[in-house]
Amino acid sequence: MTDAAWESLSNQAVAAAGLLYFLALLAHLVEWASLRKVPLGTGAAARASIDIPGGVAVATGPGSDEAEGRARRTALFGRLGYLVTCIAVAVHALSLFARGMAADPNRVPWGNMYEFTLTGTFVVAFLYVVLYRKFRLAWMAPIVLAFVLTVLMVAVIWLYAPVAPLTEALSSYWLVIHVVSAIIATGAFTLGGITSALYLVKARGLAKNGPQQTGYVARLPQPEVLDRVAYRLHAFGFPVWTFAVLITGPIWAHQAWSSYWNWDPKEVWAFITWLVYAAYLHARTTAGWKGRNAAILALVGVATLWFNFIGINYFSTTSQHSYAGGAKQIQIVPESHPLNRDF
Amino acid sequence: MSHCEDGTVSTALSTRPPEDDRRPGELSFRELLRWVWRQVTSMRTALILLLLLALAAIPGSIIPQTGVDSLKTSNWQSDHPKLTPVYERLGLFSVYDSAWFSAIYILLMISLVGCIVPRTFHYWRGMRAKPPAAPRNLSRLPDHATYGTTEAPEVVLERATTLLKRRRYRLSVGDGDAVSAERGYLREVGNLVFHLSVLVVLVGFGLGSMFGYKGGVILLVGDGYGFSNNLTQYDEFKPGSLFRADDMEPFSFKIDDFDIDWLTTGRRAGMARGFESHLSYKQSPDAAEQKYNLRVNHPLSIGNTDVFLIGHGYAPTITIKDADGNVVGGGPTPFLPTSQSFQSIGVVKAPDAQPTQIGLEGEFYPTVAFSDETGSYYSLLGKPYDPMISMLVYTGDLGMNDGSSQSVYALDKSKTTMLTKKDGTPYRLDLRPGETAKLPNGLGSVTFEDVPGAEAGVDRWNKIQISQTPGKWIALTGVVMALIGLLGSLFIRPRRVWVRARREGDGTLVEVAALDRSGGGDVSVVVDELVASLQGPQSDKQQQREDES
Repeated sequence: MTDAAWESLSNQAVAAAGLLYFLALLAHLVEWASLRKVPLGTGAAARASIDIPGGVAVATGPGSDEAEGRARRTALFGRLGYLVTCIAVAVHALSLFARGMAADPNRVPWGNMYEFTLTGTFVVAFLYVVLYRKFRLAWMAPIVLAFVLTVLMVAVIWLYAPVAPLTEALSSYWLVIHVVSAIIATGAFTLGGITSALYLVKARGLAKNGPQQTGYVARLPQPEVLDRVAYRLHAFGFPVWTFAVLITGPIWAHQAWSSYWNWDPKEVWAFITWLVYAAYLHARTTAGWKGRNAAILALVGVATLWFNFIGINYFSTTSQHSYAGGAKQIQIVPESHPLNRDF
Repeated sequence: MSHCEDGTVSTALSTRPPEDDRRPGELSFRELLRWVWRQVTSMRTALILLLLLALAAIPGSIIPQTGVDSLKTSNWQSDHPKLTPVYERLGLFSVYDSAWFSAIYILLMISLVGCIVPRTFHYWRGMRAKPPAAPRNLSRLPDHATYGTTEAPEVVLERATTLLKRRRYRLSVGDGDAVSAERGYLREVGNLVFHLSVLVVLVGFGLGSMFGYKGGVILLVGDGYGFSNNLTQYDEFKPGSLFRADDMEPFSFKIDDFDIDWLTTGRRAGMARGFESHLSYKQSPDAAEQKYNLRVNHPLSIGNTDVFLIGHGYAPTITIKDADGNVVGGGPTPFLPTSQSFQSIGVVKAPDAQPTQIGLEGEFYPTVAFSDETGSYYSLLGKPYDPMISMLVYTGDLGMNDGSSQSVYALDKSKTTMLTKKDGTPYRLDLRPGETAKLPNGLGSVTFEDVPGAEAGVDRWNKIQISQTPGKWIALTGVVMALIGLLGSLFIRPRRVWVRARREGDGTLVEVAALDRSGGGDVSVVVDELVASLQGPQSDKQQQREDES
């Protein structure tokens, strides 16, 4: 296959993955919509059905054919949604692979913002699919899918850049490790942020209306469970982020830039994100901060994370270093972080 | 993570000193100090300081920083004359060295030390302590289970001991009817290591920014040019606050040759890759000469100093002769690239020319082309297939006599006049290597020399960055230790487990309970699993055996 063929394959795969995510989202929306009217079961049976790995609580009243039929339909759509998501993740992976193959020489597909976003959304979706059973994430489906779909659209519409070889300074295996870990941590933090947001919604719902019998919020796990899942996602993401921005990033920076920490805006914001998540982990164990405040910190953390990725570029333009009267000087080593991009 | 004074994790067993009853307002000086210390080292303060540090780091990412990009900063300052003095006062142009930023992280470090030291003592005691005795009422713990069996209590407890020991719990068999077990002692070690490592990183980072330096030099490629490591040789130099020039290592090097690989096909045709500088260097003036191929991402380390290749460009050799025919200016002049196709700008000055000083300013095109659209020359490719310079000529006072330093890449045109043709358009020198042009009015001549041995007759230069970062290994060790400590403190799950068995009626009532001490664990699984193992096939077999005997 030629490079051009690989590139168009990649673009087609992204489109297909987007379509599949959309179908999966629709399936889950149908699932949740048909659950709206179904009251939450009571007693042990309901608890058991919540605990079916990946399954959504479905109350099955004996003798009620209509309810049973509805329950079966609902479960079918839930399974369908998950299955389509799995296929979408596979197609998404194919698009990344093709993107790497389209470059000459072949390389990892993390050369620019478009590719980074493509990979970031892939990791979010992939982690969701993998952790679906372990953490019983059925309740997360519509939100994760909506998030992935939206960010994927942003990537295709605003961030798209044609395949190009990496500049010399970017071909370093330290950079590969740096990017992989940064993307994995971004995925985990994003899922953690979604969970923390739902924790707030659930806790607020409970405080305001008491235990509800119907609706999406009623079917969310208990706040303690959401809090624990959020903690585990963050506890996984934090060391990975530490590794990415405080170990491999500086090592690469030292190799390319001659100093390991340059207070580049991207570095500063990565450090800010690190501090906020450190505060989150401390807050979870501090009286008066655990629960609500900790969850808010997690949301602040994920906001700084995505702001660093896209937002900071609007505030701080790429600074080209220069010797003489303001003239831009071209260097083979970028003066600032490779993901600083002029819009 | 760490739990200081008020970090009460779900331990029902934390001990707090009883409050002494003192009347309000009755604080002695010592008590005040203690109160302040407690406040500073409390977890809440640490949390607020962490968030404050995050907040304080933001301005430095939005306002240009002198230490990061001094040129951008001075441009910004001249664009904002009203804000600049205010910002300067607040230290907003060097946030990360400012007093207030330092105050926050120093307070945070004090808070951290105040957290670690008592923690260490506490930890050493806890390390040797036996697991606490089983609470009287195990069913009051959130995670517990009960089952009845016909086995004797001793048998159940014996089995529980073996099972828990195999799961690496520390055990204590207390008052006969219960087994207490605890595991995950290393979590606290991890926690301590993490926090200590933060201090180590800070020390390493501080050493680097105080004693280190970073500088850059543009060096011509070829035998005739070289660099020796002392202050005067640098084009730009950023020393740390306590840097001493004596610490500079006495190495020297020259660039024998520079290879570059221009892409001629594909989407980025015209771009280059595979930059390689062939260096000859000496560790000290007396040392033997060594060779190194300097490439991007592959710096050369000489002692504690690192040498990096970060840029390259062309240095056309331009000779100026004045009216008397004397050579008054010339030699290879580095032109600075301003586009990917290496269209470059540069300046040649001839202050000694008679009767008037001559300055040239213009552009160099490695492969020249003419655009009808803009009516000017541009560079088609970075590779020198058809090099040309196009320069404007200025005569008059170049402003070099007043002794102030001047950039070699800029011309002070305030007291000069640009040469023009008869019709008033600028007089432009368009020269290819080997060509000479006579200046009008008998001012002299300018030659673009065809340098023998150089590619297309044009010399090359490399931009070399040189840095010394003491403490970088300390910082790296610190971060790696911090990560290891972090992993321990996040993933070692300390918990306590109790198993009690006592006779009740005909059989034995077994109670199992567990307490998570990590604040993120789910110990119900542990209880279920332990109950299953206690009742499991092993117990069936044992029961059978007992039945048989």
